[in-house]
Amino acid sequence: MLSIKNLHASIEGTPILRGINLEVKAGEIHAIMGPNGSGKSTLASVLAGREEYEVTEGEVIFKGKDLLELAPEDRAREGVFLAFQYPVEIPGVSSTNFLRTAVNQVREYRGLEALDAVKFLTMMKEKMKLVEIDQKLLSRSLNEGFSGGEKKRNEIFQMAMLDPTLSILDETDSGLDIDALRIVSNGVNQLKSKDNATIVVTHYQRLLDYIVPDFVHVLYKGRIVKSGTKDLALELEEKGYDWIKEAIDSEATV
Amino acid sequence: MSTLIKQNLFEGFLESSFVGFEKSREEGKASFLSQGLPTLKSEEYKFTAITKKLEQSLSNLNAAKPFDLSEEEVREVIPQGFEGAVLVFSNGHLLKNRCLDINNLDFSSLSEKPETPIGSIAKVEKDAFAALNQASFDGGVFISIPKKEVVEKPILLLSFNKANEGEIISPRIWIEAGDFAEVTFISHSINKSDKPYFVNLVSEVKGGLNSQIRYYRVQNEGENAFEVSNIETNLLQDSRFTSVTLSLSGEMVRNNLSLNLLGSNSEGNMYGIYLLNGKTHVDNHTNVDHTIPHAESNELYKGILADQSRGVFNGKIFVRQDAQKTNAFQQNNNILLSNDATVNTKPQLEIWADDVKCSHGCTTGQLDEEALFYLQARGIDKIQAKGLLLFAFAGEVLEHIENESFREYCINLVQERLGSKF
Repeated sequence: MLSIKNLHASIEGTPILRGINLEVKAGEIHAIMGPNGSGKSTLASVLAGREEYEVTEGEVIFKGKDLLELAPEDRAREGVFLAFQYPVEIPGVSSTNFLRTAVNQVREYRGLEALDAVKFLTMMKEKMKLVEIDQKLLSRSLNEGFSGGEKKRNEIFQMAMLDPTLSILDETDSGLDIDALRIVSNGVNQLKSKDNATIVVTHYQRLLDYIVPDFVHVLYKGRIVKSGTKDLALELEEKGYDWIKEAIDSEATV
Repeated sequence: MSTLIKQNLFEGFLESSFVGFEKSREEGKASFLSQGLPTLKSEEYKFTAITKKLEQSLSNLNAAKPFDLSEEEVREVIPQGFEGAVLVFSNGHLLKNRCLDINNLDFSSLSEKPETPIGSIAKVEKDAFAALNQASFDGGVFISIPKKEVVEKPILLLSFNKANEGEIISPRIWIEAGDFAEVTFISHSINKSDKPYFVNLVSEVKGGLNSQIRYYRVQNEGENAFEVSNIETNLLQDSRFTSVTLSLSGEMVRNNLSLNLLGSNSEGNMYGIYLLNGKTHVDNHTNVDHTIPHAESNELYKGILADQSRGVFNGKIFVRQDAQKTNAFQQNNNILLSNDATVNTKPQLEIWADDVKCSHGCTTGQLDEEALFYLQARGIDKIQAKGLLLFAFAGEVLEHIENESFREYCINLVQERLGSKF
């Protein structure tokens, strides 16, 4: 589904990603871990098409298409979904109107009929249950005045509405208390199918108790330096990142 | 030097014969000649070189004559869903035979009401253009809403402007709302010329005790047109005046809006949106004068500027020594969409009383790129996402339009603009 080859990206001339290789197949969950500043969020942003980042080398093929050639909105329509680390508050734009516009533009791109108000509302009600989000929240301006947990739940709710094939969760767990974490993870797990895939970007192993990954990759200095199963995450939890840093840094100095 | 020559040219224009209101005209003329046209050195016109622009663009100066309109021409421009009386103006002249649904409305041409104390609200010494209008208006309208009358449906003031090069249109409006009267005006200009012409409007509004007046304006003059408007309102005790001004086009537009709060518990509200592109220049100068205790004023103007457009906002709040317990709020926010667009914004508070609540704030920024990316990342097309964000920014102002069908009309107008030209 997703094939990343030798991806290099920089921001304002500073290289952040220095040769990422990653293959993600349908039905898989990949966790990307790593210390702060290793490039985890950059990877998520580059995949979603954030303009500040310049891809200097490499390719990303998504469902046979060159993802890097597509505008952010077309990536979303093709089925890439980024759950933001910091969801944006947009005063004056109602959550419901925003979501209806988004859902219908995505449907149109996929050759599906636009949903009328009634069908949209029915779908919304059904998906709201997944993340236990309150209707009151959705009648307000998008994310405005939402708590941290509400924002993250809203991200997963949007994910449910847009039905992506590849979901990238960028630090969706950070700042969540255990109840919110459980609700968010539960939503993600229910949305999982054999046809879609998930990339979970996280700093902490804790999330992976709830969303169990098939693969765990450690990102450091813009490269994947170690890959393994969920046991690798446990090892990281126990030993921290220093042993990996040391191993890599000593290699580099040799 | 050139100002002098032009002033002579205006003098020549002022020598043409105007009928009625001789005394007021003399007063206007004398005031105009002693003030002269404002230059960039005049504090009030520092950012708006209207005199220079007029000099460059208008060679000969003549009063624009009224032209004929068919009923169809009138009907086809009435906003969809509009219900109410329609007063039709052709180059500033009231066209009585084209007015629609005027049933019991008390209105007439100003010339039929020679005793109207024009210039008693919008005083000539305050602004050279107000003086010029008083000296040279032709036609004009008098509207009176009797005591306790509640005019349920809005009154549309539909102005057709079709001037030749160098012509001046000088509309003059006198509105009086009796005690406890309620009325809504919608002023809408229909431009039928791409020539450089000049609209110089004066509108005086008198609000009786506990009266409620709403005054909504859509400004979409021709690309090469100039407009200066002086709208001034006197408000008595417990009365309320709300204006909403939507400025969309024109070469250079200057709006002077002044509210005089003369009675306690009176309330003046001024709201506006300016959506500018090309080289359009719009200047909103507002002035609210709190003369008595316990009055309130609210003000919110929002601007979106693209291309090489320029916006000016100057909000003056004057709180006199007696005006204790005044509440005055003012806000001006702008979004610049291009590096060549400019905004000059200036709150100007002069407070002589010591027990008041006054606040003001102005911001100028750019479109929030992070928000734009967020919407795009959800599959929303970039142009549409931009439109959504800009409407979210400016749309708040339109909530102050109480009449539902006109509000919808304005929402569509704004959305259309934001979705296509920005």
